Amino acid sequence: MSDQTSPAAPRSVLAPLRAVPAFVAENIWLSIGIFLLGGLALLSFGAPLFTAFDPVALNVTQRLKPATEGQPFGTDLMGRDVFARVLYGGRISLTVGLTVAFVASLVGLIVGIAAGLIRWVDVVVMRVMDGLMAIPSVLLAIAFMALAGSSIRNIVIAITIPEVPRVARLVRGIVMSVREQPFVEAAVAAGTPDKALVLRHILPSTLTPLVVQATYICASAIISEAYLSFLGAGTPPEIPSWGNVVAEGRSMFLVNPGLVLYPSLFLAATVLAVNIVGDGLRDRLDPQMTKALR
Amino acid sequence: MLGYILRRLLATIPVLFVVSVLIFMLLHLGPSDPAAVIAGDFAQPEDVEKIRVQLGLDRPLYIQFGDWILGVLQGDLGSSIYSDMQVSALMMQRIEPTLSLTITTISFAILVGVPAGTFAAWRAGSLFDRGVMMTAVMGFSLPVFVLGYVLVYLFALKAQILPVQGYKPISGGLWPWLRSLILPTLSLGMIYVALIARMTRASVIEILGNDYIRTARSKGLSTPPILIFHALKNAAIPIVTTIGVGIAMLISGVVVTETVFALPGLGRLTVDAIVRKDYPVIQAMLLVFTVAYVLINLLVDLSYSLFDPRIKYQK
Repeated sequence: MSDQTSPAAPRSVLAPLRAVPAFVAENIWLSIGIFLLGGLALLSFGAPLFTAFDPVALNVTQRLKPATEGQPFGTDLMGRDVFARVLYGGRISLTVGLTVAFVASLVGLIVGIAAGLIRWVDVVVMRVMDGLMAIPSVLLAIAFMALAGSSIRNIVIAITIPEVPRVARLVRGIVMSVREQPFVEAAVAAGTPDKALVLRHILPSTLTPLVVQATYICASAIISEAYLSFLGAGTPPEIPSWGNVVAEGRSMFLVNPGLVLYPSLFLAATVLAVNIVGDGLRDRLDPQMTKALR
Repeated sequence: MLGYILRRLLATIPVLFVVSVLIFMLLHLGPSDPAAVIAGDFAQPEDVEKIRVQLGLDRPLYIQFGDWILGVLQGDLGSSIYSDMQVSALMMQRIEPTLSLTITTISFAILVGVPAGTFAAWRAGSLFDRGVMMTAVMGFSLPVFVLGYVLVYLFALKAQILPVQGYKPISGGLWPWLRSLILPTLSLGMIYVALIARMTRASVIEILGNDYIRTARSKGLSTPPILIFHALKNAAIPIVTTIGVGIAMLISGVVVTETVFALPGLGRLTVDAIVRKDYPVIQAMLLVFTVAYVLINLLVDLSYSLFDPRIKYQK
């Protein structure tokens, strides 16, 4: 048996690779987004490969130096290497973006399913969700940060809170329409236990829109983190993040605009990449929504 | 119509109640003790206790909440711990830049977003349409401060035709006022333009597929009146809804824009209060911004009946 399978093995390993060109041709924007995002992730998580400089090492003799071969973005007011700070800063944005997208989707999914199935949860929890949605999200997040103190964990909580109601509403709407579908009614009539009903019949319908929504939450969380750090209520100042780096470069903007512009461009490119991935996923997974938007 | 307005107005009360409870809880059940924060790092426990009694923080939570809400309903938003001034007085000093920026931004976003979206829908699939949609994706992806600094770099530092930052009151002349708001409006408005253009395009495309559009065309009506009176008017409700929902985004953006361009508005007031942990001001400003948002959306709801008279008669 092993004799028969071994010649086929290399083919099966390469098979996914062969499918790449076809996938790219079919999903051109999704591929561009993934490629761009992958590149940015490599630059930030693999930062030591691209720069020998420490992003937090102070060097007062090298303050506000223009760009050189080894330091393409020059140095900031404290003599720190701006290129290194920009690369390492991406770690915060990507980590916060992905974590918030995951946590907000998970919590929103649970709340949305509960609200869609249990009447009293719907009445009570959705009122709270409506209230949360009415408070402007960045204000809510900075107020929370000011009181909770600055740490990455608190940032994730502060940005997740305003995102949860949006997911919960989406999921609740889907659950309510799926509940009326004949296949769910049939399952109920057949005596399917509640747990199996949720896991097998209701949960799967929510996943596709949820994945698309999670991508947009990721993009919006990256922007929110940058706003919080920019306003001085986000990532602790000793950790470089794009919002922090821009905020610190602000006072020197007229002297060296690069201190502000470089991190800004990386931030915009990352958000753009995530949004392109979101649009690509929506086109691929949710053709109806795409049709509605086109 | 009056009954309709009243019903809508009453419907906002539960939301506003929930909002006020949430804001109050955020500040009072949070991990940090306002009295300790105000007293500073080197305060003695008895000093902290004195401040707590002074601010009424030693009373049961529901009494503090009731006190606050009763005050708010009578127009008393509390006073700043930092400057001892009434929050309402602080707001009056700061409201002009924020109001100016919001009005110019909403006008700009509607004046650009609606025509761009309508035209893109009319020529769906064209180069112009693709351009609008690409710009919209870009608009969504540009954080306010990123666009702000890029614009300052181009128009204030390189071309030197617009001021880098600062606000000129409208009393000092219309042109200096407008000039100080051009770059803030552009940077704050871009994402809003993107949102409105996208929604306008989607809803106009849907309307353009209707029979009455074909009828209008076959009776020889030219394109502009069809687009404006037949398509846009019927597509208006989702567009107006988007404009209302976008206000929340606008308020968050105002805080950042005021920081980038050093505009002494309500956003700065809030951020400064947060930095100083001036919690009566934080609490009041969160409430003020949220009430503004809820009321604007109430107006949006009421405006539906302008576009669709049937709504008036529904229960």
